[in-house]
Amino acid sequence: MTDPHFGYIAASYAIAFVVIAGLILWTALDQRAQRRALAELEARSGRRRAADGPRP
Amino acid sequence: MSLLSPVTSLANPSRFAAFAERLTPWLIGATAFVFAVALYLALVVAPPDYQQGETVRIMFIHVPSAWLAMFAYTLMAIASLGVLIWRHPLADVSAKAAAPLGAAFTFLALATGSLWGKPMWGAWWVWDARLTSFLILFIMYLGLMALRSAIEEPSRAAKACAILTLVGSVNIPIIKFSVDWWNTLHQPASVIRAGKPTMDPSILWPLLIAAVAFTLLFTTLHLVGMRTELLRRRARTLRLTAAASAPAALAPEPAE
Repeated sequence: MTDPHFGYIAASYAIAFVVIAGLILWTALDQRAQRRALAELEARSGRRRAADGPRP
Repeated sequence: MSLLSPVTSLANPSRFAAFAERLTPWLIGATAFVFAVALYLALVVAPPDYQQGETVRIMFIHVPSAWLAMFAYTLMAIASLGVLIWRHPLADVSAKAAAPLGAAFTFLALATGSLWGKPMWGAWWVWDARLTSFLILFIMYLGLMALRSAIEEPSRAAKACAILTLVGSVNIPIIKFSVDWWNTLHQPASVIRAGKPTMDPSILWPLLIAAVAFTLLFTTLHLVGMRTELLRRRARTLRLTAAASAPAALAPEPAE
């Protein structure tokens, strides 16, 4: 592409790539963090229930 | 069984989370495929515009981003009605998950609009009605996210954000009709308008396919974001339950 405005077009696509990749990454990492936190909390509450022993 | 029952059953957060989990891989595949087609059409197939030349290729990112920026806010406004009128738990989850996505697409529309404006108008930015109302939309998104993070109690945050979202929704028709109501440098609507689109099909079709790609991306990220928010709320409930039972466990035995 030998257009005199190539820089503007390339910059637009580059910004779009960075914003979209950032959104995807942030969404995936946030979900992974929440899954881990929840699994840990559920394991802890399971241990607590087991430690309390059976209830009448 | 009523026709609506499969839809209404998704109003249950657990069923919704399970449905979203099943749907996500399909949505990811469809998004990747349609994005690949859209990029090919936008960068290879679409011809240069007779007036704007190659810079018309910026439109294939700018216009779908702008549509989604407004769509996300409209979705949040509808969800806010769900929060305030029906007090539905998924409504606030949806509004919260849509805000950062809307902010990102608004930023993208502003940035690409600026990069398109410089070679076409000779200015990065002008304080005309369309650009200013769009900047206000961006500030609204940031304000809503700041407000939510400033209020610790989720139900209070939901109500405050719903009210602010509904107040801010007056900006959406202003953005849409600003090019008709005031003199602006921005061109008037050329796709969503009364009558036929003013664009040639060789440019219109790549634009519509790019819009489908962006919408699929938004839908995927929004569904994943809603599932994450449901996990976050469940974790919060577990933490509160653990904190409430801890003092009882640690309390000294009463003296005999």
